[in-house]
Amino acid sequence: MDLDNEELLEEGGSRLTFPGETLTSSQAYMRGHGTYVDNEEVIASVAGTIERVNKLVTVRAIRTRYNPEVGDLVVGRITEVVQPRRWKVDANSRQDAVLMLSSVNLPGGVQRRKLESDELQMRNFFEEGDLLVAEVQAFFSDGAMSLHTRSLKYGKLRNGQLVAVPPILVRRLKSHFLTLPCGVDLILGLNGYIWVSKHVKESEQEGEEGFDAEAVYSNQNDDIDESTRTAISRVTNIIRVLSSHFIPMSDMLLLEAYEWTVDQEGNAKDLLQEDFGEALIASINTR
Amino acid sequence: MGSRVEILNEGGFRSDGRRQFELRDMTIDLSQRGIADGSALITHGLTQVLVSVFGPREAKMRSQTIHDRANINVEVSVAAFSTGERRKRSRGDKRILEIASTIKSTFEPVVQTNLYPRSQIDVFVQVLQQDGGVLQACINGTTLALINSGIPMLDFVCAVTGGVHSTSPMLDLTLLEENDIPNVTVAMMPKTGKIALVTMETRLHVDRFKEIFRLVSDAGKVIHGEMKSAVLSRSTSLVTAMGSGPRTRGGDLEERDVDDQMNNY
Repeated sequence: MDLDNEELLEEGGSRLTFPGETLTSSQAYMRGHGTYVDNEEVIASVAGTIERVNKLVTVRAIRTRYNPEVGDLVVGRITEVVQPRRWKVDANSRQDAVLMLSSVNLPGGVQRRKLESDELQMRNFFEEGDLLVAEVQAFFSDGAMSLHTRSLKYGKLRNGQLVAVPPILVRRLKSHFLTLPCGVDLILGLNGYIWVSKHVKESEQEGEEGFDAEAVYSNQNDDIDESTRTAISRVTNIIRVLSSHFIPMSDMLLLEAYEWTVDQEGNAKDLLQEDFGEALIASINTR
Repeated sequence: MGSRVEILNEGGFRSDGRRQFELRDMTIDLSQRGIADGSALITHGLTQVLVSVFGPREAKMRSQTIHDRANINVEVSVAAFSTGERRKRSRGDKRILEIASTIKSTFEPVVQTNLYPRSQIDVFVQVLQQDGGVLQACINGTTLALINSGIPMLDFVCAVTGGVHSTSPMLDLTLLEENDIPNVTVAMMPKTGKIALVTMETRLHVDRFKEIFRLVSDAGKVIHGEMKSAVLSRSTSLVTAMGSGPRTRGGDLEERDVDDQMNNY
């Protein structure tokens, strides 16, 4: 089955395909991701939507692991402390990401030499199981990504909980740090890991000049009052419901959903019941 | 032969009421299960198999990493309640290990493992009900689960069993037929017609082989049609779900406007 040019030209159109389907036999097109060439034909290798940018034909799989790009914001979990001078981070990608000791902020000023003592006390900064937010810095030759946390926005996560969704449901936004009016902060990692936590006031954030290593690498949660705890679990459950219905996340949507659940006077856990979740989706769709 | 049931009666019907070349009813469920990256529940008649795919992900054991491609790790487990006689099979059972290694070697050339160096793709196959054609169901299920998890493959792999009763060939055998007559399982790639696997545990007369082989290849195309439509309907439902909700649609429209403007320059 050949696509004629008109169909391919339809930009933004979402024609679906599956592995083994011939997309075009024309020489005018270049093969992109999700395709391969056999017998001078461009053939799809994944099930998904056909996309075309000028001469490049790609197929984007709908459900897949996270494909990192430089500059992406990701949330990850430390899986291993490896010598020399690096951590392995699970970031929902095809391999564990690498966080070098040289790409984290160390106590005592942003600019300083790495000492041998830093190397020996790496577990004081990040330990196995710790969650962190970071940015993709570069790639290694085998495709593994290297992360960095060299900003005050990045670093260890606490005061909240993690929820994982398919990566395609997190779109690129202006900011991936959201604050909902219900006293909840959200970090939407592009790898599909979402961190929901207690709101931290800007002024209380670890200040620029007084980079407080104690606070940045602390493992101790702050005091979280009950209403905040409820709000956090409510938001988490909303995200779970949205992801189970395969609806992309956005701040407006989450806010609407939150207001709706508060109006319904249900408990946070009610959301996980199927009928309640479906009612939520229905109410979103009608707005 | 000891069985009282006729494999093929004079009217041309088999023990379960099918004709010679008729395939069993096939159902496919591709919905999300747990945290698997892709899964598929497939039934061929009374044979039911659940396949879950995880990955590509970091290999659990460093010794298993391959520096230039992904390692496919297949684990098969057979439920104790899957057969008529309740029987617990251990994971080390030779029979099960053989199925696992057959699946692995079938998919290694089809999956584009070279795109994921040093990674591992885990395939967990659970046989829930057995009524003949277990390997065929495992292979078809694995194809669907891999596609569902967005792992690039050259083509579908469609497997069918075929057998021959005296001189009449038959397709998609049940357990009863499988025990009585010589049979062969063939996995083929419908686009090119290439064969990914031919396996036999019984002896089959060489004169019969050609005919059965041709029939089984044709049947593979029918299975391909079923699997294709299941994959497409799953993709369609996901794409529609993603597009629903007023906010997201608005966003897309804006983006497209920008695209159009860009094109004008």
